Amino acid sequence: MNRLISISTYILALLWALPFLGIVFMAFKDSSEQGYSLTFRNFIDAWNAAPFGQYYLNTIIIVIAILSVQLITITLAAYAFARMNFIAKGFTFMLILIQIMIPSDVLIYPNSNTIAQLGIYDTKLATTIPYFISAFGIFLLRQTFKGIPYELEEAAKMEGCSRLQIIRNVYIPLAKPTYLAFGLISVSTQWSNFLWPLIITDSDENRPLTVGLSMFAKASDSGAQWGIVCAGTLFIIFPLLLAFLLFQKQFVSSFMQSGIK
Amino acid sequence: MRRSNVVRENLTAWIFLLPSLIFLVMFTLYPILSTFISSFYKSDLSTIEPIFIGFDNYAIMMKDEVFRKAFINNIWFTIGTVPTSVLLGLLLAILVNRTFVGKVMSRVFFFYPVVIPMVAVSFIWLFFYTPDYGMINSILKLIGFEELNLLGNSGTALLSIIIMVIWKEAGFFMIFYLAALQNIPKDLIEAARIDGASKWRQFRSVIFPLLMPTTLFSIIIATTNAFKTVDQLVVMTQGGPNNASNLLLYYIYENTFRFMDYGRAATVTVIVLMIMVSIAAIQFFAADKKIHYS
Repeated sequence: MNRLISISTYILALLWALPFLGIVFMAFKDSSEQGYSLTFRNFIDAWNAAPFGQYYLNTIIIVIAILSVQLITITLAAYAFARMNFIAKGFTFMLILIQIMIPSDVLIYPNSNTIAQLGIYDTKLATTIPYFISAFGIFLLRQTFKGIPYELEEAAKMEGCSRLQIIRNVYIPLAKPTYLAFGLISVSTQWSNFLWPLIITDSDENRPLTVGLSMFAKASDSGAQWGIVCAGTLFIIFPLLLAFLLFQKQFVSSFMQSGIK
Repeated sequence: MRRSNVVRENLTAWIFLLPSLIFLVMFTLYPILSTFISSFYKSDLSTIEPIFIGFDNYAIMMKDEVFRKAFINNIWFTIGTVPTSVLLGLLLAILVNRTFVGKVMSRVFFFYPVVIPMVAVSFIWLFFYTPDYGMINSILKLIGFEELNLLGNSGTALLSIIIMVIWKEAGFFMIFYLAALQNIPKDLIEAARIDGASKWRQFRSVIFPLLMPTTLFSIIIATTNAFKTVDQLVVMTQGGPNNASNLLLYYIYENTFRFMDYGRAATVTVIVLMIMVSIAAIQFFAADKKIHYS
């Protein structure tokens, strides 16, 4: 019985792996030869056919910019919600909750209007600005901050630390695992983001990898090019898969926390 | 002295919240409001100044074939993806929640689609489905069957996309179930076993009820995903053929950026917003909040 379960698990796992193995197979296949011979040509051709270097750089800039701003906004807001008393606290928290309820993808129509009104269409600012706050991050960090003993804050206060110093010296160091979890989620979500940058960019200087790949694939829409498209797809996937294999445990636990996203 | 402290604390707190609130208002709260208002106006390329038309946009939309098609497709898409990927997630979790050779490897294989961007997943499966060169068709040809244009056929396009989404999402629910399974006290199962409950009975009467919060929660996430992700349509079918795979959010996208029918884009956005709020309300009332928010 146990053996039977193991065998069905293997079959399912193989089935799950198949799509990925398929494109790896295609990406390394020499299309000019009969049968199968290994080649790196598809990767070189893809890299030369579209500005993938530029797309990579754009994605990295976008991901880092969003994460940096998010870390500041969520830290300050999470601290206020965890440790301060102020007017309309509950109400403000409810407002933030709305962002968890309504994913920004649903708001592409009004948000693209806002971008047009701001006159920042086709800029990196436009691709990043809607993600500058993360209600999910505020939630997660507020939980962590609440679990930090209040005595630590009082001790720091006695020594004459200001609020910002307390946050920097007490809260941030103790919340490192939460920051790591949030960082992984933020980076992998933004690395994968597609619809918004597709709408809001119109030049190679601002297109991230996901949008760049779709433009490239549309331009090379024929069977002979499949190897190149597969190679291009691997360009996007590779850093994420590598990070996942290296930080498996961390990834899985971060994704679990992302449940409330 | 105390009074000034209170004022100071309020001031500091609001300064801390200000950056978050500015972006929240700009890209979540104001857009919701403005969309609501726009949905009562006629606004497209032929209308220079938006004209107030009350509920006309809604009335027009109810009669609009494409909207109805996208709406019904979205319901089918939800029915097709939600229970299947959640149940499959449970099944996978049970399969890998044992000690066996290749445990870690199997978990990695089931989970990696979650990590890959939807766009990349779409290209991978496009390669699978495409006629002539695609993997499925190559296999079909090899064993002497006729070719199938899975994405180009209105009977199979949506189904093909549903299968792909299930493949991508099941691993996500697997990890939630895996954690939940590991949290079930061993003595509960032991007690059921001693009482003579069969494996199936143990699962049905002890394990499954204890997994209920995870199930509810997974259903909520899967349902939200079914309404907010359309990357795959941009890459694979553009909603076609003949709107057979069109979904609501893609319809918003088309109306905004291709047909420039802003009144309609706003109206459909309002509908999707209402769906999102309903899902959140269900979560609020049905799900055990303690488990995930505490």
